[in-house]
Amino acid sequence: MVADDVVFCKGGGCTAKLGSAVLEAVLAKLPQQDDPNCLVGFATSDDAAVYRLTDDLAMVQTLDFFPPMVEDPYTFGQIAAANALSDIYAMGAEVKTALNIVCFPETMDLNILGQILLGGQSKVTESGGVLAGGHSIQDVDVKYGLSVTGIIHPDKILTNVGSQVGDVLILTKPLGVGIINTAQTVGEASAAAVAKAIASMTTLNQAAAAVMHSFEVHACTDVTGFGFLGHLHEMLDDRLSVEVDAAAVPVLAEALDLADEFMLTAAAQRNRNHLEPFVQFDGVPFAVEEVLLDPQTSGGLLFSVPEAQASAVLAALEQLDLPSGLVGRVTKRQAWEIVVR
Amino acid sequence: MNVERRVVDGRGLQCPRPVIQTKRVLRELPHGVVEVTVDNEIAVQNLAKMASQMGLPWSSQTISEQEYVVEIRVGSAAAGGESTGTAGSVETADAETAAGAAGPAASDSSPQASRQHSHGTSLSSGAADGGPTVVVLAADRMGEGDEQLGRTLMKAFVYALTEADTVPDYVLLYNGGVRLAVEGSDCVQDLSVLADRGVEIMSCGACLSFYGLTEQLAVGAVTNMYAIVETLLGAGKIIRP
Repeated sequence: MVADDVVFCKGGGCTAKLGSAVLEAVLAKLPQQDDPNCLVGFATSDDAAVYRLTDDLAMVQTLDFFPPMVEDPYTFGQIAAANALSDIYAMGAEVKTALNIVCFPETMDLNILGQILLGGQSKVTESGGVLAGGHSIQDVDVKYGLSVTGIIHPDKILTNVGSQVGDVLILTKPLGVGIINTAQTVGEASAAAVAKAIASMTTLNQAAAAVMHSFEVHACTDVTGFGFLGHLHEMLDDRLSVEVDAAAVPVLAEALDLADEFMLTAAAQRNRNHLEPFVQFDGVPFAVEEVLLDPQTSGGLLFSVPEAQASAVLAALEQLDLPSGLVGRVTKRQAWEIVVR
Repeated sequence: MNVERRVVDGRGLQCPRPVIQTKRVLRELPHGVVEVTVDNEIAVQNLAKMASQMGLPWSSQTISEQEYVVEIRVGSAAAGGESTGTAGSVETADAETAAGAAGPAASDSSPQASRQHSHGTSLSSGAADGGPTVVVLAADRMGEGDEQLGRTLMKAFVYALTEADTVPDYVLLYNGGVRLAVEGSDCVQDLSVLADRGVEIMSCGACLSFYGLTEQLAVGAVTNMYAIVETLLGAGKIIRP
């Protein structure tokens, strides 16, 4: 069955993302535009762009699409949508409209496309947004995603980079879905592991974002293709450091077993190479290192709150059955930007 | 002694497939050498990571930009010295696995995130005399005086390093030195040889960016000032030609 579906599903999800080193090099060459109403743009490699419309209203825009990482088209649609919507939540914003973006082979069964779009729409509806259109082109491989627009008060934007010394970091989904998806393509993942990964990837970050709004959140991002450590690195903005408590990081247990069986993706190794100058692993098991570098598709929110509020945040997340963890502490800049213990 | 050789052709396969195929062969083979051909360097790094985790010595060779050969030794072939590789590569690869087995404390002086980068030939000198040896290349030429002569001397210096019995642990390139590690430089090949001998080649990212050479980096990794400071502070010996 895996072999038959190989055209639909090969190395998909956020594993397909361009490496951040390559991307940074290209983006650095684009001419900079200077519009004071563009509150969040290229400069900070943030999750979404934010444009101020009036003093109390800003528009948040994001676009995300990728090849399938699961066999079932409806599930793929749901995951792609949950992943695209997540960027809106990571900015602290509210979803309003979404547009589909589709690449689909002319020769493939259109019912598959129908299932993908239905899955996507189900998540847009769950988010409270409206699916308002889209664009599709022929391509040799399937790709799907959405461009989502949300709104936010300009004073309430949560960027990647506002963390303060004394904050703690909270992650709201378990890591390891990339390894499990990859293992599935080579027939090595158990059905139970795949089911857990799918349940995690199809979960909207909406509820976790709602929890954030009751607390003093200084920075937020969502964990996707650059892996937990890659997105953490972006949050530190060359001025802070973090001590990561590896044991507290929520992880899908099967992903650790599969990492020990060397389900090693190219994307995770690219993440490792990119992060090499910044990360010190101090006595961390190999499988944990791999999971911390594993590209996540539709991963959780990673946000920074003052330590005094951490237990209340975790209690609120636990009430919602979101497998979260207090994964690290923000300190002033140390010799190593990130130390994992 | 006859060493059984098995061949895995991982070209055209995406990770983790070459790694998984190699793992299966390694588990079937009590003693011998598995030779894996892959078409990208990331696959080499993933194979190296697996071999290190299994405690097996390995070495790699770049045939061309699309062809890399990784050799992993298992059983008596891992313990013994005879092979197509150099004796040095086998010995030091064992040293590396021994360091891994001794736990993280044994390798505190080097950035652990980078240990999968170390080829089988690394850690030859290690922390024996108080810390790693670091060669600093802060310009693309050596010494004061004529520029052309300075460039020729630098090329000769890097070449001579590749011939040294004991190679340094790190080569740090900053300011004009980063020009040595980018496409079109005479030194790329020699620096690659050093990298294959386990030397960490680290170029200053801000400097590459300043000269607009980030995309042209042809050998080694990008580093930052904190890591440079850390490396220099932890060095047993700093050599600046």
